[in-house]
Amino acid sequence: MMTFTLWDILRNLLLAARWTVLLSLVSFIGGGLLGMALLYLRIGKARAGQIFVQGYVELFQGTPLLMQLFLAFFGLGLFGIDVPAWLAAGLALILWTAAFLVEIWRGCVESVARGQWEASASLGMGYVQQMRYVILPQAVRVAVPPTVGFSVQVVKGTALTSIIGFVELSKAGTVVTNATFEPFTVYGLVALIYFALCWPLSKSSQILERKLNVAHRNH
Amino acid sequence: MTYRFDYSWIAEYWPVILKGLVTTVELTLIGTLFGVALGIACAWTRSLGPRWLRPPVVAYVELIRNTPFLIQLFFIFFGLPSLGVQMTEFQAAVLAMVINLGAYSGEIIRAGIEATPRGQFEAGASLAMTRFETFRHVVLIPALQRIWPALSSQIVIVMLGSSVVSQIAAEDITFAANFIQSRTFRAFESYFLTTGLYLLLALALRQALRGVGRMLFPRRAAR
Amino acid sequence: MSLIAITEVKKRFGDVEVLKGINLDVERGEVVAIIGKSGSGKSTLLRCVNGLEMIDDGSIMVAGAQLINDDLHLKALRLKVGMIFQQFNLFPHLSAGRNVMLSQMVVKKTPAREAEAMARRMLERVGLGHKFDAYPDQLSGGQQQRVAIARALSMQPMALLCDEITSALDPELVNEVLAVVKELAADGMTLMMVTHEMRFAREVCDRVVFMHQGRVHEIGPPEEVFGNPRTPELRQFLGAQLVV
Repeated sequence: MMTFTLWDILRNLLLAARWTVLLSLVSFIGGGLLGMALLYLRIGKARAGQIFVQGYVELFQGTPLLMQLFLAFFGLGLFGIDVPAWLAAGLALILWTAAFLVEIWRGCVESVARGQWEASASLGMGYVQQMRYVILPQAVRVAVPPTVGFSVQVVKGTALTSIIGFVELSKAGTVVTNATFEPFTVYGLVALIYFALCWPLSKSSQILERKLNVAHRNH
Repeated sequence: MTYRFDYSWIAEYWPVILKGLVTTVELTLIGTLFGVALGIACAWTRSLGPRWLRPPVVAYVELIRNTPFLIQLFFIFFGLPSLGVQMTEFQAAVLAMVINLGAYSGEIIRAGIEATPRGQFEAGASLAMTRFETFRHVVLIPALQRIWPALSSQIVIVMLGSSVVSQIAAEDITFAANFIQSRTFRAFESYFLTTGLYLLLALALRQALRGVGRMLFPRRAAR
Repeated sequence: MSLIAITEVKKRFGDVEVLKGINLDVERGEVVAIIGKSGSGKSTLLRCVNGLEMIDDGSIMVAGAQLINDDLHLKALRLKVGMIFQQFNLFPHLSAGRNVMLSQMVVKKTPAREAEAMARRMLERVGLGHKFDAYPDQLSGGQQQRVAIARALSMQPMALLCDEITSALDPELVNEVLAVVKELAADGMTLMMVTHEMRFAREVCDRVVFMHQGRVHEIGPPEEVFGNPRTPELRQFLGAQLVV
């Protein structure tokens, strides 16, 4: 039997962590873009669009991410394609991320005071102009801290893709454990690597939030 | 698409699903009860408790909130036995959920405590209550009331997150789905059905929590 | 023809009829104060003239632009009348100068340079030429309200609607805003203002409208309305004002 040094274990985990980072980025950016499209429908004037997005959010926030991964994996399979795990993982995570971001952002748009709508209307601006020049610039400022905060959930969410066979940090943890029989050390290290990825994001979200609150109090 | 949905297996396998459903509900109930209790303890420590206890609580909360639940679960179930702690799958799953919800609800409840008007503490003190008595009788319930919607959402998130306990072979809904798909090879149907179950469970849980909220907080909180 | 023609206007919120058939004509250059208890419908009337509320019956015309609920008509109406709000409603993410420039550029498509020149003139006019680059949270309430006036003026409206524009101000800041309004009146701007400043209304306005329970209850020149109120409701209202 081979013996593993602590460095061997760590090196293997870190190599796999690259895939965690990559998948997180893809999910966050893809989910962000889809989230924007959904937000456009959600705060738009068309009733059908609003209802569609409400249903979408209800569906993806009301079911486990793990189930969404399974459905993406086996659902894409129904089309007769041999589905690689990364494709199902990316797709499910993008859809899931979008469902949360659109709700976060909608809250930010609605947090802009009613007077801002009225003042811009009284100056003759139309809906699109109000949104673009008055409402969204203010909403974006409010949206940054919770959006950064949610990125932590995305990074942690990628851990579930190991279950459908995508080889990232968690999967590597299982593989290395099976080879070394040292679950305590291996999963401890896996947790620390996740912590190293997530904690800076959590912390910056908190700091941004505090800055925003201070700025608000000066009004 | 020429795929045909086949649900003929339900007749044979519905007891498996029912058993999974019961397990998920049990996990959620126990996890919520102890998780929120742990959260209250953490919130008290961080906002009012002895200073020396605060750093360990902060470390616990930050560690849990910044690592995946799946890894916490694996660490407890596969890692702890090497320290001599043996658990059943169900016990490990409950423990992981309690620890997870404890950290999240601790942060949520702390926000509720810190939003308490100073006058409430002063009123308690002026009536000769100790700090703990004031917390217990004056501060806690309105604090929970303030953050009840956020806490409810977190409980739903933990319930949905519990689907990964199937990975240590705790026999919840997801475990049932995996089991059925391995026997029948109707993977999509099996996950589709159980996903629907989770959705219903989430809706029901949200309603139940709203009801609990109305029961616990019949009056408006001080602001 | 009157600049602002309000004819048989009715408005209800749910079961409550807040405007029960209002008729009011405002001439070019006229300054009209609307007084009355809260809930008398005075603010609602003003908001209807700017199309912030839709009316259920009757008509509102401002210099040929009619209040009709579609984007095109609303824009045409709002280009004729500007509005100043109780809460200022400056755009917090833009400097004072940018606040004044924005609508010129996006609504009227005025080139930036011209919009900026206009903004500087208008800020100068309200005594805030030196605050072009200040952000709203760096300005006092009185200064914010003056920027809001400059912002409305920069669209070159034919009339201005002022909705309790000094009510949110600390007492010592009220006068700087009223002084600006007084100057506008002297320059011939048409003004319709809901106000609690009775002395100001008496000094500056051509006509005073007393609204009561959704109707124009009394109307006339200030000497008459304040000096010789004909109805007990107005007498009671004015009595209460004196106590305050």
